[in-house]
Amino acid sequence: MKKKNTSFYINKIWINVLLWILVIVVIYPLFWIFINSLKTNQNLFINTFNIPTDPLFSNYVDAWNMGLSGYFLNSIIVGSISILATVTIGAFCAYGLSRVESKWKMMIYYLIIGGLLLSPQSALISLYRILEFFHIYNTYLAMILPYIAFRLPFAIFLMYTYFKDFPKELEDSALIDGCTTFTTFTKIVIPISKPILSTVSIMTAIFVWNEFLFAMVFLEDSKLYTIPIGLYNFKDALTTNWTVLLAGIIIATVPIIILFLFMSKSFIRGLTEGSVKG
Amino acid sequence: MRKKNKTYLLYILPALLFIIIFVYVPIFQNFYFSLFNMNSYTDKWTFVGLSHYLNIVKDPIFYTALKNNTLYAVFSLIFQVGFGLFLAILLDSKFVGKKLKVLFRNIYFLPSLISITAVALMFYFIYNPNIGMLNGFLDMLGLGQWKTAWLANPNTAIYSVIAMSQWQYTGYIMVLLLVAIQKIPKDLYEAAEIDGASEIQKAFHITIPGVKGMLVATSIITVIGSFKLFTEVYVTTGGGPYNTTQVLGTYMYRSAFLFDEMGYGSAVAVIIFIITFTTSLLQIKLSNRNKG
Repeated sequence: MKKKNTSFYINKIWINVLLWILVIVVIYPLFWIFINSLKTNQNLFINTFNIPTDPLFSNYVDAWNMGLSGYFLNSIIVGSISILATVTIGAFCAYGLSRVESKWKMMIYYLIIGGLLLSPQSALISLYRILEFFHIYNTYLAMILPYIAFRLPFAIFLMYTYFKDFPKELEDSALIDGCTTFTTFTKIVIPISKPILSTVSIMTAIFVWNEFLFAMVFLEDSKLYTIPIGLYNFKDALTTNWTVLLAGIIIATVPIIILFLFMSKSFIRGLTEGSVKG
Repeated sequence: MRKKNKTYLLYILPALLFIIIFVYVPIFQNFYFSLFNMNSYTDKWTFVGLSHYLNIVKDPIFYTALKNNTLYAVFSLIFQVGFGLFLAILLDSKFVGKKLKVLFRNIYFLPSLISITAVALMFYFIYNPNIGMLNGFLDMLGLGQWKTAWLANPNTAIYSVIAMSQWQYTGYIMVLLLVAIQKIPKDLYEAAEIDGASEIQKAFHITIPGVKGMLVATSIITVIGSFKLFTEVYVTTGGGPYNTTQVLGTYMYRSAFLFDEMGYGSAVAVIIFIITFTTSLLQIKLSNRNKG
């Protein structure tokens, strides 16, 4: 072990100071939004930097009652159906692909993975017309079906890589024992694949929680709005009532942070394996 | 065996149909739409050939959009990838304690978890000319003359949007790079220490070459993300003031859904497709080379 000299301590100090300053840069804006969400509108215009002496939680109640509860419910409905469908359809496909013996195999694989290269924006206008054609414009399905389709390539990519390296002995013995491919898959493969399934679920959850463009274009009825588009709607509805909007932002932010605190490992694994932003 | 193979193909089918119907069909259709004059109210289509494309390249707003997407990409490369790498190296160094390392990592990562809409609305407030945090700070620091309506001033609007995204995503890219750094074999560093290498030499000769693959990947994700930009701009400025913050995504949306020129919008979408698709192909090519 080298003796620690003065230059070590100088480096240690400036690096730690820099890192703590950045902590403030990240946290302070969030803190500032939070303290202002607890004020009356009049107090907000007097001073935005003080911590309110008697915090006003009614802003949160107002935001919740002014539509946020509905947006939340919509996000949960759209999110859970999208997650369930993406994981199920994706897992079957990835498993089938990793086990099938066919000359088409690689072609199908590249066709599916190729979906990763296509940006949702370039599909927006024709998707809008396709949804109208199927008469599902302005329904939950108008979000759910495109969400599933655009998440599947990534989900299948992750799960295919996982299933491919899976030891085949277990499956083979199950098949010899007379299990069908279906029971082998659901009873043996799925239970051992929980980490990858949870990664895919989290990635899908983040995607739906964030998605703005499709929700804005494919919906008309504000009763169907998910959180991002609902919050955006608040901006216009509440031009004179800032503090309620701020409370709404905080409410919309907390669930995903809580999810992260509980599952930070799955989050970081999903992000590094896929590296697909937004 | 043959019967089993049929079952496997049956497993593949639903996903394949989903992707074909909702991803491939729309994207190919889009090429076709871009050759017509059409709108959402009538079914009367007129074939116009490539004239939408010719009009796009004559439209100054198209160049503003292209310039803004490029600016966004350049700043994101510098901050998210460049500064993100610097931070990742600092976090992994022996100057930061183990517990603090995890704390810093999680805090820097936090903004990327908040939805883009929520972040955009937060910054809409932070940039507010009268009660915003930024102008408030400038007043406290005695820099009142720098105060401005950040999102309404044509000179500052696009930079304000770009700055917001750096706040949100630098930590995310940093985490990706940090994970890559931690995969570098430790004995490489030990050998360098025996040879008396300094921290800076180790960073340049071991760490940076060791994460080259992830650096290429994050750079390309950042560039692709910059050309897919929509929500950040739409929620904060809506493309204004005077179209100075238009990006390709908002330009397409505006043509197709606000002006109801679906054919023209489709042509813009084709341009977005070409840019993001070629960048993605480049990513695959480069990442395969780095593996080998």
